[in-house]
Amino acid sequence: MAEIHVIISSCDRNVGIATALRRKPVLVNFTSKLEQTMADEDEVKLFGMWASPYSRRVELALKLKGIPYEYVEEDLSSKSCLLLKYNPVHQKIPVLVHNGKPIAESLVILEYIDETWTNNPILPQDPYDRAMARFWAKFIDEKLLMTTRKASVASGKEKEQAIEEITEQLKLLESELQGKEYFSGPSIGYLDIVASVLVFWFGNLQEALGVDMFTKEKFPIIFGWIGKVAEIDAVEVCRIPKEKHLEYIRTRLEAFKSASK
Amino acid sequence: MAKSDVKVLGSWPSPFVMRARIALNIKSVNYEYFEERLREGKSELLLKSNPVHKKIPVLIHGDKPICESLVIVQYIDETWSSGPSILPSDPYERATARFWAAYLDEKWFPSIRTIGMAQGEDARKAAIAQVEEGLVLLEEAFGKCSKGKRFFGGDQIGYLDIAFGCFLAWLRVTEKMSGIKLLSEANTPALLNWADRFCSDAAVKDVMPDTEKLAEFGKMVIAKMRGAAPPK
Repeated sequence: MAEIHVIISSCDRNVGIATALRRKPVLVNFTSKLEQTMADEDEVKLFGMWASPYSRRVELALKLKGIPYEYVEEDLSSKSCLLLKYNPVHQKIPVLVHNGKPIAESLVILEYIDETWTNNPILPQDPYDRAMARFWAKFIDEKLLMTTRKASVASGKEKEQAIEEITEQLKLLESELQGKEYFSGPSIGYLDIVASVLVFWFGNLQEALGVDMFTKEKFPIIFGWIGKVAEIDAVEVCRIPKEKHLEYIRTRLEAFKSASK
Repeated sequence: MAKSDVKVLGSWPSPFVMRARIALNIKSVNYEYFEERLREGKSELLLKSNPVHKKIPVLIHGDKPICESLVIVQYIDETWSSGPSILPSDPYERATARFWAAYLDEKWFPSIRTIGMAQGEDARKAAIAQVEEGLVLLEEAFGKCSKGKRFFGGDQIGYLDIAFGCFLAWLRVTEKMSGIKLLSEANTPALLNWADRFCSDAAVKDVMPDTEKLAEFGKMVIAKMRGAAPPK
């Protein structure tokens, strides 16, 4: 395996080192001196939450691009004044604040990051490939994750139906990955970052729910991809701590069940 | 460059289909339009081009189908890059436009639909309140995005104009059927004026459905929904 250490930008607060473990050699753009100077003056803050896959995907993008940032952990049961000021419409994380300007909604943030820091592009160049990446990103968020939420709080027949739907949705993603190293092609990109919810979060949720549908046997290609992606340092660093996550999910489910009684 | 190897599969009442057509019009791209008769069942071409969602609009460029209206609009902007730009050039303005487009699709338009479908006066009032709250936010967003110019996109129609403007016909139908003014001189003066400008724009006026015709269609849809299972 080729190991490439890339120092993309540095500043006093944070030294970003992106280490990419790849099976094939990959061309990486080194930041120009001008971009490094700009990076030194940039102030990037991320308001996030450790268990949120939406928050983790933004962190992953920032780390893959080597963008130094300050992370602010939000307590969602008691949201900070800053969060409410930066995202008054939804009052949700993640919110990226770049030189005082807030950007909300994780997919919007990912595109903003790619257009602002143009090293290591995460979206493809070709318009059709970009359209496909955006299409599947929407599918993951609006279909797969919505159905997952439904399955988490449902019971009986409704839960069974939701799990069947999820299986069908995962099959579509499985065939989308066919013949590719990563969702984005020969190297990790936007769609892998969006799909990173499958790498740790999804499996933890399944375990907490006592369900066993997301398996290597049923989805060999997705699991092959998970294996590759999980080896990338930036991804490992963004891993949601498992035991803490399981406890968190169980507590939330209990709270939901008591609230709905 | 493309001749008529551009096709749009659509349905005249759909605001999402309008987005694709307006974008193509802005770029002066000739295209073939196929009206799907959704009540009679979906065409083979639609099922083949959008097997995942089986929904319109679908843009077919050459032999490549592109689905999801906002994905289509961005594809059009990036493919016919010599025409007038649809998305702003500045990354922060682009993010702002995308943010509001997502808000419109995920929160605002569903509330508009709820006004029509609501069972009971309380549910209807709550939906109206949500739509009005949203319009106040959008009035403010218009001020910030337009910077005193005619459209969200500036001098010309842009991404957010398209994303929002496509809902104007259904908004007017909702106003007509519920007897309330959602856009008004008192609460949303800028949006009221913007709405007229948008609807009269050359890229829009031929694809914007007639309010009367749409209202008839809306009544039929609601009657059908009320006759069938309760809405989600």
